[in-house]
Amino acid sequence: MKILVAVKRVIDYNVQIRVKEDGSGVVTDNVKMSTNPPDDNAIEEAVKLKEAGKASEVIVVSVGDEKAQETVRKALAVGADRGILVKAEGMIEPLAVSKILMKIVGKEKPDLVFMGKQAIDDDCNQTGQMLAALLKWPQATFASKIEVKDKSLEVTREVDEGLETIEVNTPAIITCDLRLNEPRYASLPNIMKAKKKPIEQINASDLSVDTKPRIEQIKVEEPPKRKAGIKVASVEELVQKLKNEAKVI
Amino acid sequence: MSRETMEYDVVIVGGGPSGLSTAIKLKQLNSNLNVCVLEKASEIGAHILSGNVFETRALDELIPNWKELNAPIKTKVSKEKFLFLGKTKSLSWPTWLLPSVQKNHNNFIISLANLCRWLAEQAEAIGVEIFPGFPACEVLYNDDGSVKGVATQDMGIDKDGNKKDSYEPGIELLGKVTVFAEGCRGHLGKQLIKKFELDKGKDPQQYGIGFKEIWEIDEKTHEEGLVMHTAGWPLDNNTYGGSFMYHAENKQVFLGYVIGLDYKNPHLSPYDEFQRFKTHPAIKKIIEGGKRISYGARALIEGGIQSLPKMYMPGALLVGCDAGTLNMPKIKGSHTAIKSGMIAAETINYHIERGDNLSLYEKLFKNSWIYKELHEARNVKPSFNWGLILGILFTGIDQIIFRGKMPFTLKHKHADHETLKSAKEMPKIEYPKPDNIISFDKTSSVYLTGTNHVDNQPVHLQLKDPNLPISYTLEKYDEPAQRYCPAGVYEVQRENNVNKFVINSQNCIHCKTCDIKEPSQNIIWVTPEGGGGPKYGNM
Repeated sequence: MKILVAVKRVIDYNVQIRVKEDGSGVVTDNVKMSTNPPDDNAIEEAVKLKEAGKASEVIVVSVGDEKAQETVRKALAVGADRGILVKAEGMIEPLAVSKILMKIVGKEKPDLVFMGKQAIDDDCNQTGQMLAALLKWPQATFASKIEVKDKSLEVTREVDEGLETIEVNTPAIITCDLRLNEPRYASLPNIMKAKKKPIEQINASDLSVDTKPRIEQIKVEEPPKRKAGIKVASVEELVQKLKNEAKVI
Repeated sequence: MSRETMEYDVVIVGGGPSGLSTAIKLKQLNSNLNVCVLEKASEIGAHILSGNVFETRALDELIPNWKELNAPIKTKVSKEKFLFLGKTKSLSWPTWLLPSVQKNHNNFIISLANLCRWLAEQAEAIGVEIFPGFPACEVLYNDDGSVKGVATQDMGIDKDGNKKDSYEPGIELLGKVTVFAEGCRGHLGKQLIKKFELDKGKDPQQYGIGFKEIWEIDEKTHEEGLVMHTAGWPLDNNTYGGSFMYHAENKQVFLGYVIGLDYKNPHLSPYDEFQRFKTHPAIKKIIEGGKRISYGARALIEGGIQSLPKMYMPGALLVGCDAGTLNMPKIKGSHTAIKSGMIAAETINYHIERGDNLSLYEKLFKNSWIYKELHEARNVKPSFNWGLILGILFTGIDQIIFRGKMPFTLKHKHADHETLKSAKEMPKIEYPKPDNIISFDKTSSVYLTGTNHVDNQPVHLQLKDPNLPISYTLEKYDEPAQRYCPAGVYEVQRENNVNKFVINSQNCIHCKTCDIKEPSQNIIWVTPEGGGGPKYGNM
């Protein structure tokens, strides 16, 4: 069983995001970039399945600029076998990414595609679902537990009401939740070995996928600042303020 | 369990200007050498904080074509100001009356973090292996006592010291020579200085704490290339310190404050002095209406040549501020850090090629411009022991008339942890509340640093005696850690009439001030899990 894992390079989750002064986007210059956190869970799960003898090969793919190679390399350092970087500049929307991934699936013929449930930069939560639709494959999103069965998977999903367990036939798309596992650290010797693992580079333009944005971004701005709270002296005052000032009761 | 080992010709601990320059120079001298650099930050540059007005002298020697290679050194200093601040007034000091060490007209305003990222690219391009996210936590020794290399930190240990599922053992990196380039108060450097008595016969090292904020300001008040320094208010005549304000590219100003850690009043809060300084009319008018986008702090070396330890020992060298090569009156340490790394590399190359003793490092160092520069600068900092006014007068005579060639050397008498007077003896200081426009509290400042440490790991700020903070330091000094820490790591909380000392180690921005200033030297800074700490951008 072959697993394709899609990973995205995003601004590190510890970095405080700063909006560009002209409102055209957020500042990415000299900002620490990392693998999208739930994508780390996706890689970990794929590598675990390989270690358990249930998967034969783990291929990692990323769509982005030249520097996204670092993200692919990091996945190789924690156990993926080989990498693919699909080079594309600028904003690539989920639809374009899923179309690119469809081409890679056509080429690599994996049995499973893993990815994070959503990316922490645009929070779209669409790529996995769109890829499932394009491929007409079953999907299991927000996975917090995966059990491999013969020709199918039993997947526990994190849903609003609690946990939902479903069975999907393979080939399938699985999007991973942070609760799925605890990603391992890359060790120094493995980082060294990862430098020798192959990364195939493909230009998005050579895949005949239209990556032009369909969404026009008008303006990016910071959320309004929250006002400081006040202390009230009595319940009466609180009720009075809620009625007359906040106008919520 | 025995750890895996990896062997190199040279292992370098620390990816700052000195470590990266050592690596680059080594590969330039002999491209066959295997060289690796360990860095505790999640990426090169993320733990670098510096003013920075950069003198290119050392870089001109290391990488003469840095301009063609698009080094991030773009903003030439075009104008200089020096202000004495009173509480509301300011007096501009004519720049022609400044000693030449404080003139910057050939220098550049840069982000040292960005320069380090660029240096790392140059190093990798010639085959240096750089490993960010891997702190060296332990020095390894041969049977004969010489340094064999270092071990990296184990990953995935919980707060009680047990292995988590993600446990990944550290590995041993062995080098023919190990170079320690951890910066000011490196925690392995400190151990080596003690073990090999490298500071024998030297004055105690002197430190300062430096703060830096980056502001994006209105173009009307922004003057790209302007370098401004101040002395005076809000510090009193007996506290050594001053500010810097550098107008960089993209409407940014680098605004900072440095305070000598030899201050005496335990009630003093360096952080609040910096915040208060910004409210001075001469400063406020420049940043008002702007936005603070970064914050950070880091200890720095102020001891100069009197406190510079021996920089070689069997199997290892110290470079940059792990030894202490900063030039205090120049307020610059990057060029000397780079130069010390280059000299270390030459030494190591001779050592490996023809078996020269590592003591050659000292000879080469003494023959270079770096030694001359530090020697001429040596009397400035100690003269401020007489107070700001006498210090300035002396510095004027020493630097302008004698050009640092006076026939004596003033001594540093005390280590910084010895200078605090008891809380009862010293006046309390009432600091104004932050207005959240010009001045801010510590919590919102730390937020800007992007600091994080994986939770459920051992506390990396260790107490030799866990009871001492409450039983002694609180009573005698009103526990100054609450104030000297620029990130609010230390708190004394009162619960049911019992005082408790709390260490919020996840907030630590790796400045090392506690390790330096704690009056009983009771706090030991050790490396946390790799990648922890601040995530500075262009600091």
